[in-house]
Amino acid sequence: MLDTARIRPDFPILAQQENGHRLVYLDNAATSQKPRKVIDAIVHYYNFHNANVHRGAYALAVEATEAYEAARTAVGRFVNAWAREGVVFTRGTTESINLVAASYGRTNVRRGDTVVVTAMDHHSNIVPWQILCQEKGATLRMVEITEDARIDLSDFGRALESKPKIVAFPYVSNSLGTVNPAAQLSKLAHAAGAVTVVDGAQSTPHLRVDVQGLDCDFYALSGHKMLGPMGSGALIAKPALLDAMPPYHGGGEMIERVWDDRSTWNKIPHKFEGGTPNVEAAVGLGAAIAYLEQLGMERVSEHEQELARLAIERLTQIDGVTVYGPKGHRAGVVPFTYGDIHPHDLATILDRDGVCIRAGHHCTQPLMRRLGVAATARASFYIYNDVDDIDALVTAVRKAGELFGVLAS
Amino acid sequence: MTDLSELYQQVILDHNRNPRNFKRLDTANHRAEGNNPLCGDRIQLFVQVEGDTISDIGFQMPQGSGCAISKASASLMTDAVKRKPVAEAEAMFQAFRDMLAGGTNAPGKLAAFSGVRAFPSRIKCANLAWHALHAALQNSAEPVTTESARDF
Repeated sequence: MLDTARIRPDFPILAQQENGHRLVYLDNAATSQKPRKVIDAIVHYYNFHNANVHRGAYALAVEATEAYEAARTAVGRFVNAWAREGVVFTRGTTESINLVAASYGRTNVRRGDTVVVTAMDHHSNIVPWQILCQEKGATLRMVEITEDARIDLSDFGRALESKPKIVAFPYVSNSLGTVNPAAQLSKLAHAAGAVTVVDGAQSTPHLRVDVQGLDCDFYALSGHKMLGPMGSGALIAKPALLDAMPPYHGGGEMIERVWDDRSTWNKIPHKFEGGTPNVEAAVGLGAAIAYLEQLGMERVSEHEQELARLAIERLTQIDGVTVYGPKGHRAGVVPFTYGDIHPHDLATILDRDGVCIRAGHHCTQPLMRRLGVAATARASFYIYNDVDDIDALVTAVRKAGELFGVLAS
Repeated sequence: MTDLSELYQQVILDHNRNPRNFKRLDTANHRAEGNNPLCGDRIQLFVQVEGDTISDIGFQMPQGSGCAISKASASLMTDAVKRKPVAEAEAMFQAFRDMLAGGTNAPGKLAAFSGVRAFPSRIKCANLAWHALHAALQNSAEPVTTESARDF
């Protein structure tokens, strides 16, 4: 386990109280807290280096550009990107996937084609493909999940028989904690002639990612779930694919030359970064990566998995608690229900004890329908969580049971 | 800090466990669906209006789609407006909204929801059934969602 006694003081927000209690932040799958180093990096950037990037002829503008591009290098190395040019800064996973759907998708998907997603995808890896398929008259095929909350490989195989143009799936499920065999899925999809889009929102913060090892084509990530600022994120892609794609947003920076009636495009990745970028977000994300690298992603994974294992063990000792997700290996995401207590009531009751969890459909309504529940409660862990947090969670859940006189179902 | 017992008053826990008028009225001449898209709460409301009076009312929530606050609120609402003139029901809706917006308590058992004021994230749950009632009485064909309601 990580030395949380040394990590926790790095996070200013953890020193404050929630409803008079120690803040027990267990909604890390929604967003992570930020260490002082990330906050300081943003402040430092504005205090000493702020200017617009890629255009000023003065020293300050060069410094801002260097800071921005250094962050690109850091992101690329962190996930073993194919090249620096294959790292496009975006507002996060959602924008990254929308970029692929709008640019690659619109160019390559035609009437009658198929796009494949899975029943455990987040809405952000479903809705952009729905919009694309509706516009093009293409079919969206959703792959089913197994009883053990994993992608059903036989249904995945059947879906590939339609020779889809694009296959999209999550590396780690935000609602279940399932870690999908991304390299295997990518290989199967490639054999069927598809390009693959991996939603990396829940994997990048929590495990060692190697996009070249996965051999996917596009990989989307969010900075704010991995200690970085809100509005930071990236699309990682094979440079040859990006080169062949049309721009996403038109504007400054993304052009080479502009005539009255037409333009030519800048080189990648700038072709996809129209307008003044969020430099502070990139700089903050770079600092977040440095913090995570210092801990080591293997140790981060082990820490969260141990907390999840302990939480599942303790929660399932409570009569009436059901934990969802795969048995065995899983990420630090623990979805559960408790008797007939609605998850929103659970979340409200836990909050009174300073325990912050998520309750609802977790932006995965197709998955909730398959699980046969309207909502679940979800505890999700990160590097600063410890055994005390699990004690607080379990104590508060028991308290909810007493208040509601749970009918175990 | 507000105590949880002020939110989950005994009458609310009772109506959550044993909701009143929890039935489908297939012959209802007014009906509406309510939706809280943020949390997934869903209600189907059936209202029978004869003359100016609500002669019968029932509601259903698909399995597991109502939290204690939204279900108890729907249950207490149906009890409160049953056999009441439509205009009185609309006035209660106004009084209920005013209460949750920080005003004085709504009449009768509806005052049990005064504790929701201290839990801003739960106000939509308490209001959901009332928005559905308003829509049903207006014969609104569109499902009402807490996101389109004006008082948020």
